[in-house]
Amino acid sequence: MLRRRLNRLCGGDEKRVDSRTIYVGHRPCPDTEAFIPSKFCDNRIVSSKYTVWNFLPKNLFEQFRRIANFYFLIIFLVQVIVDTPTSPVTSGLPLFFVITVTAIKQGYEDCLRHKADNEVNKYLVTVLEDGRSVKKESEKIKVGDVVEVVEDETFPCDLILLQSSREDGTCFVTTASLDGESNHKTHYTVPDTEKDLQALTATIECEQPQPDLYKFVGRMHIYKPEQEPAVRSLGPENLLLKGATLKNTKKIYGVAVYTGMETKMALNYQGKSQKRSAVEKSINAFLLVYLCILISKAVVCTTLKYVWQSKEGQDEPWYNQKTQKEKDTNMYLKMFTDFLSFMVLFNFIIPVSMYVTVEMQKFLGSFFITWDKDFFDPEIQEGALVNTSDLNEELGQVEYVFTDKTGTLTQNNMEFIECCIDGFQYKHRDTWSEVDGFTVTDGPVNKLQQKAGQEKEELFLRALCLCHTVQVKEAGSEEVLTDQVDGIDEMRPQLEEERGFIASSPDEIALVKGAMKYGFTFLGLESKSMKIKNRENNIEEYKLLHVLNFDPVRRRMSVIVQTKSGETLLFCKGADSSIFPRVKPEEVDRIRMHVERNATEGYRTLCVAFKQLSAEEYAVADTGLREARLALQDREEKLIAVYNQVETGMSLIGATAVEDRLQEEAAETMEALQGAGMKVWVLTGDKMETAKSTCYACRLFQRGTELLELTLRTLEDERLKREEKLRELLQEYHRKAVQDAPPVKAGVTRSWSTANQDYGFIIDGATLSIVMNPQHEVDASQYKSLFLQICQNCTAVLCCRMAPLQKAQIVKMVKTSKGSPITLSIGDGANDVSMILEAHVGIGIKGKEGRQAVRNSDYAIPKLKHLKKLLLAHGHLYYVRIAHLVQYFFYKNLCFILPQFLYQFFCGYSQQPLYDAAYLTMYNICFTSMPILAYSLLEQHISIEILLDNATLYREIANNAMLRWRPFLYWTLLGIFQGLLFFFGVRFLFSNPALQDNGQVFGNWSYGTIVFTVLVFTVTLKLALDTRHWTWINHFVIWGSLAFYVFFSFFWGGIIWPFLKQQRLYFVFANMLSSVSAWLVIIILIILSLLPEILLVVLRKPRGPHSRQVYLSLPFPFWILPFYHIHPILCYSP
Amino acid sequence: MYNFPGFIKQAPIIRKTDRADICLKVHTVSLSFLSEDIRMKNEGKSAQRPDNTAFTQQRLPAWQPILSAGIVIPGFLIIGLAFIGIGIGLFLTSQTIQVQEMDYTGVEKDSPCFRCTIPSNLNCTCEVTFSLSTLFTGPVFFYYGLSNYYQNFRRYGVSKDYNQLTGDTRYFKSRSPEEDCSPYSYDSNNNPIVPCGAIANSIFNDTFELYQIINGTKKQVPLDGRGISWWTDYNIKYRNPSPVNGSLAKAFDGTVKPINWPRPAYELDLTDPNNNGFLNQDFLVWMRRAALPQFRKLYRRITDGDYAAGLPAGNYSLTVHYNYPVLSFDGRKKVVFSNVSWMGGKNNFLGLAYLVVGSLCVVMSVVMLVVYAKFKFSDDDDA
Repeated sequence: MLRRRLNRLCGGDEKRVDSRTIYVGHRPCPDTEAFIPSKFCDNRIVSSKYTVWNFLPKNLFEQFRRIANFYFLIIFLVQVIVDTPTSPVTSGLPLFFVITVTAIKQGYEDCLRHKADNEVNKYLVTVLEDGRSVKKESEKIKVGDVVEVVEDETFPCDLILLQSSREDGTCFVTTASLDGESNHKTHYTVPDTEKDLQALTATIECEQPQPDLYKFVGRMHIYKPEQEPAVRSLGPENLLLKGATLKNTKKIYGVAVYTGMETKMALNYQGKSQKRSAVEKSINAFLLVYLCILISKAVVCTTLKYVWQSKEGQDEPWYNQKTQKEKDTNMYLKMFTDFLSFMVLFNFIIPVSMYVTVEMQKFLGSFFITWDKDFFDPEIQEGALVNTSDLNEELGQVEYVFTDKTGTLTQNNMEFIECCIDGFQYKHRDTWSEVDGFTVTDGPVNKLQQKAGQEKEELFLRALCLCHTVQVKEAGSEEVLTDQVDGIDEMRPQLEEERGFIASSPDEIALVKGAMKYGFTFLGLESKSMKIKNRENNIEEYKLLHVLNFDPVRRRMSVIVQTKSGETLLFCKGADSSIFPRVKPEEVDRIRMHVERNATEGYRTLCVAFKQLSAEEYAVADTGLREARLALQDREEKLIAVYNQVETGMSLIGATAVEDRLQEEAAETMEALQGAGMKVWVLTGDKMETAKSTCYACRLFQRGTELLELTLRTLEDERLKREEKLRELLQEYHRKAVQDAPPVKAGVTRSWSTANQDYGFIIDGATLSIVMNPQHEVDASQYKSLFLQICQNCTAVLCCRMAPLQKAQIVKMVKTSKGSPITLSIGDGANDVSMILEAHVGIGIKGKEGRQAVRNSDYAIPKLKHLKKLLLAHGHLYYVRIAHLVQYFFYKNLCFILPQFLYQFFCGYSQQPLYDAAYLTMYNICFTSMPILAYSLLEQHISIEILLDNATLYREIANNAMLRWRPFLYWTLLGIFQGLLFFFGVRFLFSNPALQDNGQVFGNWSYGTIVFTVLVFTVTLKLALDTRHWTWINHFVIWGSLAFYVFFSFFWGGIIWPFLKQQRLYFVFANMLSSVSAWLVIIILIILSLLPEILLVVLRKPRGPHSRQVYLSLPFPFWILPFYHIHPILCYSP
Repeated sequence: MYNFPGFIKQAPIIRKTDRADICLKVHTVSLSFLSEDIRMKNEGKSAQRPDNTAFTQQRLPAWQPILSAGIVIPGFLIIGLAFIGIGIGLFLTSQTIQVQEMDYTGVEKDSPCFRCTIPSNLNCTCEVTFSLSTLFTGPVFFYYGLSNYYQNFRRYGVSKDYNQLTGDTRYFKSRSPEEDCSPYSYDSNNNPIVPCGAIANSIFNDTFELYQIINGTKKQVPLDGRGISWWTDYNIKYRNPSPVNGSLAKAFDGTVKPINWPRPAYELDLTDPNNNGFLNQDFLVWMRRAALPQFRKLYRRITDGDYAAGLPAGNYSLTVHYNYPVLSFDGRKKVVFSNVSWMGGKNNFLGLAYLVVGSLCVVMSVVMLVVYAKFKFSDDDDA
C-alpha cells in the first residue's frame, strides 16, 4: 500500500510526459526556461509488504483469499453460530494452526525485508554538493545529485556515468545481482564532459523509467560558457544500474537519474506468474465433485428429516420435547440451520489436512532433487536447484520438450576447427610445423592462387582479430579467473603471458583464438585503438571508429576501423544468409560449398566480409550512425537502417567453422525422452544446416526419418508466391504425415511400434512468421492447425532461425493446442528465458551464458544429461506419489464420512455424530496422515534404475493417467463399498447389542468406536497393500500409526478429562476390546474390505504382448500391479 | 559494504554469496512458504556435494512385497479355511444360546396387556405367561427391549449435565446459560430438576416380577439387579453427591425430581441404600444410550437361589407393572430372557458372515488356481 502510494506520489503528475529532464547537480542551465526542480520520488526502497499496523488485517485478508481457507472459515463460523453436532474446535483448531503458522512465517519474512530495506536506506553514500563531498543516507539521494561510488560498492540508484578514475573513461561493473551474469561489463562516461564536475552545467533528457534492463535512451546537453550547448547521446552503456557493483575501477562519479522505486531494478521486481500443475487442476475438479457429494448429502438428509418428521409422533416424542425457543423458530429457518448442521457434520469429507499434506509432500519431496548426487556436477561444484516445488509432479507428465540447441544440446564450448579463405580450406594441426601454421588439406592446391592467398590470408586473419567485441582480461587482476562465466583460455598457457578473453559470445573467443593459432594475436583495446600482433611479431594498431553491434535480427556484426595509413575499413562477420546477399555473387559460389559442407558436419559457420570505405562513404556513414544514436525515439530502427545501408557491397573473404561439441550423453538423453513418448522440438537461432546436423548427431533424426522441410528455401518457387507455396506444402505434408498415416487410436499412438514411417519436420523463423501471421487473417487458424497436426505426427521438430520471442510463441501455440499438452522448455541462455517462462515447466541449465535462464527457471540442472533422470525417475515417481496421495485422501475421507451419513438414517436425521469429536479431529491429523505422507515421499513402485533403463515406462502415466475420472471413480467406489461395509457390518452385529459375556450391552459410542477402528485399520492396511517399497520408515509409520491409534484410544478413554463436558468415550475402547464379538467383527470387516483389492491386484496381472515383454525384462515380476487397477486400457490390452 | 536490499527475500544470503540466482517470487499460497526454505537450503549448500546417504539418494534398503499367485492362492485358502472354522464355531455357539422373547406392548386386543394401553388406566398391572420345555441354563439374563425409540437423537443425547452426575452439587442449582438440559431443567415452579435432562426424565419405568408356576402356586424367581451396568460407570464415571449429615436426601435439598419420576433420585431403590441417587444400576443402564432405535437393555440377572443353574422347564408368569407409554410414537416393548456365551448374546450374523467370507476365499483361491493353470502364469512366479 505504501509502495503504491509512493508510486502515485512520484509518478502521478509526470506520467503524461514522455521524458524527464534532470539538472546535473541541481544547477540551473543558462538558456533554457527557468529552472524548475521537478519532483521525483526519493531514493527509498520499500520491499516490505506490511507495517506493524496493517499486518494482521492485511495478512488475514490475503490468507482468506485462498478458496480453501475461506471454505474452512465458513464452516468454522457456521459451527460457532448454529447449534451444530460437532464443536467449533474440531475445525477451528486445524484452521487456526495453519493460519497462525503461515502468518508467523510471513511476518518474519517481512521483518527481514524491513531490516534489509533499512540497511540500504540508511546506508551512507557520498554526494557532491557545492563542491564538497557530503555523506548522506542513501534514501535521501535526489534525482540530479552527483554521487560518488568507490570500488566494490553497489550503485545506490541508477546513475549516468560522468567521470571515472580510469583514464579511458570506462568503468567495469558486474550485474550479478540483476541478471546473474558475473562477467565484467564495460560502461562509458559521457564523452566530452568536463573534468571538473563542479563546473559542469548540463541537463539530461531521458525517457521515463521502464523496466527493460538493457534499454535506455537519453540525451545530455552540456552548456559551456559562450558556446553552443553540446549534445551527447546516452545509451545503456552510460547507465549504471542500481544493484550492480563497481569493479576494477577506483572511483566513479555519476548523476542520479532514476531513484528509489523508479530504478530499473525496482521496476523489475515483480512476482513471476504462478504456474499451476495439472495435478492441482485435478484436485480442484475432485474437490468440486466432493463438494457436490457433500451438499447433496446434506440436502438428502434435510429433506428426509422433514419427510420423516411429518409422521405423527416422530417429530416430538414425549421423551424428547422441544424447548420453547425451538418451537417458535420459523420452519424455513430451521430447515436452513438443519442443512448447515448437516454440512458441518459431513464437512470432514474435504479435509484441511489434505492441503497441508500436499504442501508438505511437495516441499519435502523436492529435497530429493537437490540432494541427488547424480545431479552434482564436479566442474561447477553445483547440483540441481529447485526454484519452485509446486511443479514436481509435472515433471512426470511432460509431453513436449522444447530444447535450445546451443549450450543445451551442445556444450557451447567453441573450438575453432577450420577456415576457408577464398575457397581454400585451412585446417589447423598442432603437429604441423610452426613456421606458418597453415596447412591445406583438401581442396585444390593451386600454386598460382597460393600466392594470391597469402595476401587474402592476412586480410582474413586481421578481420578475425578486429571484428569482435572481445575484451582482454588484464593480467594481474585480483579477480579470480574461475569467477568468470564466459570462456577464459586457461588450458593453453601462452608463451608470453596468461591471456584471458571475455566476450558475450563464446564464438568470438573461439575466432580470436583461432586467429592466434595462425599467428595473429589480439592484444586488446585501449582508448579506441585495437592492437594486434602479426606473424612477424610486429604490433599493428587500428583505430576503432564504430562497432555495428550484433543483433539476432541482422545476424551479423561489423566494425569500422582506421589503419595507420589512414584507410578506413569495414569488417563484417555474420551468418551466411545475412552476408551472401550483401557481397558480390561470384565470390559466393567459391565459399558456399565449404560453408554448407561445414554446416552439415555440425559446425557453426560464419562468413567474413570486408569493404574499404572511401572518405565520403565514411563521412556519410559516420553522420548517419551518430544521428541514429542520438535519436530519442525509434533509435533501434534507425540504427538498423543505417547499419543495413553501410553493410552493402562488401567482398567476401572467407568463412570460419567452429565446432560446438555435443553435451555429454545428449544423444542418449534425447533417445530416452523420445522413448518415453515425449516429442522433442529443437528451437534454435542457429542456421538450418547446423541445427539439422546437431539433430542427427543427437539421434533426433534418424537415417530412416523423412524430413519435411518448410523453410524459405523450399518456399522459393517461380510459379507461386510464397504464401501460396506455403499452403501447397502444408497441405502436401499434412497428407503425408497425417492423412496417410495409419489411423490409430489415441491410446496407441504412444505405443512403440516402429513400423510406421518416421517424419521429421523443419521450419525456420521466417516461414513460421508467415504461418503465424499470414496476409489474410482467415488463413491463420487453418495454417496453424495444419502446422500443428503435422508436427504432432512427427517424431522430432526442428525450428531454426528463431528469435527468442518466436520460441515462446511456438511453446504457447503447442500449449494451447487441443488437449493442452504439458510442455517443458529447457535452455541455458537469456534468449531461452521467454520460452522457459512460457512452458509449463521451465528448466534452466547452469551453462555458460550467464544465469538468467537459471533464475527464471523452475528447476535448474547443471547438464542436459540430468534431464533424463529428472523426468524419467524423479518426475515419474513424484507423479505417482502425489496422484496416489490425492486419490487416497479423497478415498479415506469418503469411507470416513459415509458411515456417519448412513447413521443419520438410524438416528432420526438428528445430526448425531457417529464418532466422538476426538476421533473426528484426529482422524486426518494423526491416525492416517503419516503413512500416506511417508508413502508419498518414499514410494518407488518401480526402482529408479529400472525407470531409467526403460524409458517406455514413462508412457504408463502419460496424460495424467492416475488422476483421470476412471481411477477417481474406482477410488470413489472403493470408498463407498468400504463405507457401506463398515456401517452395515456393525449394524448387523448390533441387532443384539449384548456383546459381552457378562450380558451387558453396548451403546452408541461403542458402535462408533468399532466402526472407527475398522476404518483406521482398513485405510492404513489399504495403503500398506499399495506400498511396493517398504523402507524402515514405512514400517515405522504404518505400524506406528496403528499402534498410536490403539494407544491413544486407551488413553483417551482411560482418564476422566476435566476439560470435557461429557466423558462419552470413558472406557468404551477397553470394553470393546473385552468383547470377542467386537474383535471378530473388526477382523472380518477389515479382511472383507481389502479382499477386492487383493483380488484385483492378483487377477489384473499384465497380459498381452507389450506388458509381457517389459515384464520379462524385469528382475521382479509384479512391478506394474498397482497400476493395473487404474489403467484399464493397459490391463485389458489383448 | 553497500548491499541491495530486500527485493530479494533472503537478503543476508545474497550478501554472503554475492549471487542472486534466487527467483523473485510472490507467494500467495498459504503454505507455500515452505518452498522458500528450499532455496535457502540450496543457497547454503550449493557449493557442496550433496550428502551421499542412502536416504538422500532414495536408496534406503527396502522390502518389496510381491503379491504373487504363489502367495495369494495358499493365503486365500488358509484364510478361507480358518474363517470357515471360526464361522462354524460361532454359528454353533449362537445356536446353543436359548432365547425367550415376548412382546407385551398390548397392541392386539387379545394381548394380556391390552387394557394397560388405555392412558387413563394408571398403575396398571398385567400378566404375561410362558412355558419352557427344557431347562433354560443359567445364568439367565433378563432384558427389556424397545423399538422405534430414538435414544440416539442428538438433542436427546446431549440433554444431561455430566457435572451433576459426578455429584458436584454446585451444578444442582446454577447451570451454564446454554442449557443442554432444556426443557427438562426446571419444573413449572422454576425449581431446578436433578438429574436434569431428557434422558434421565425418560427412564424406563416398567417393573417386572417373575414367578414360576408350580402346581398352580406362584413361586417368585429372585431377580438380581446388581452388575447390570458397566463397572466403570458404577464405580468411577458417575458419583453421588457427598451426603450431608449422613443423609443423601439432604444433598438434594432445593431440587426437585424429574417430572416423570415417581420418586426422587435418592429414593430410587427403597430396598438397597447403595443403589440410590445416580448410582442406581437401572439409571446407569438407561443413561448409556443405545446405538439404534431398536434396542434392548439389561434389566436383571437370574443368578440366585434355586435358579442359579437356570430356569427349569415349566410354566412361568411375568407380572408387568405397565407404566411406560410407547404407542404415541408407534413403539414396541418386549422382554427377553437369554443366556450368553463367550461371544455375548445370540447373533447368527457373525457366524454366517465368517462362513460366507471363508467360503468366498476358498472359492476365490480355486478360481485363481484354475485361471493361473490355464494361462500358465505360474511359470515365472518366483513363489
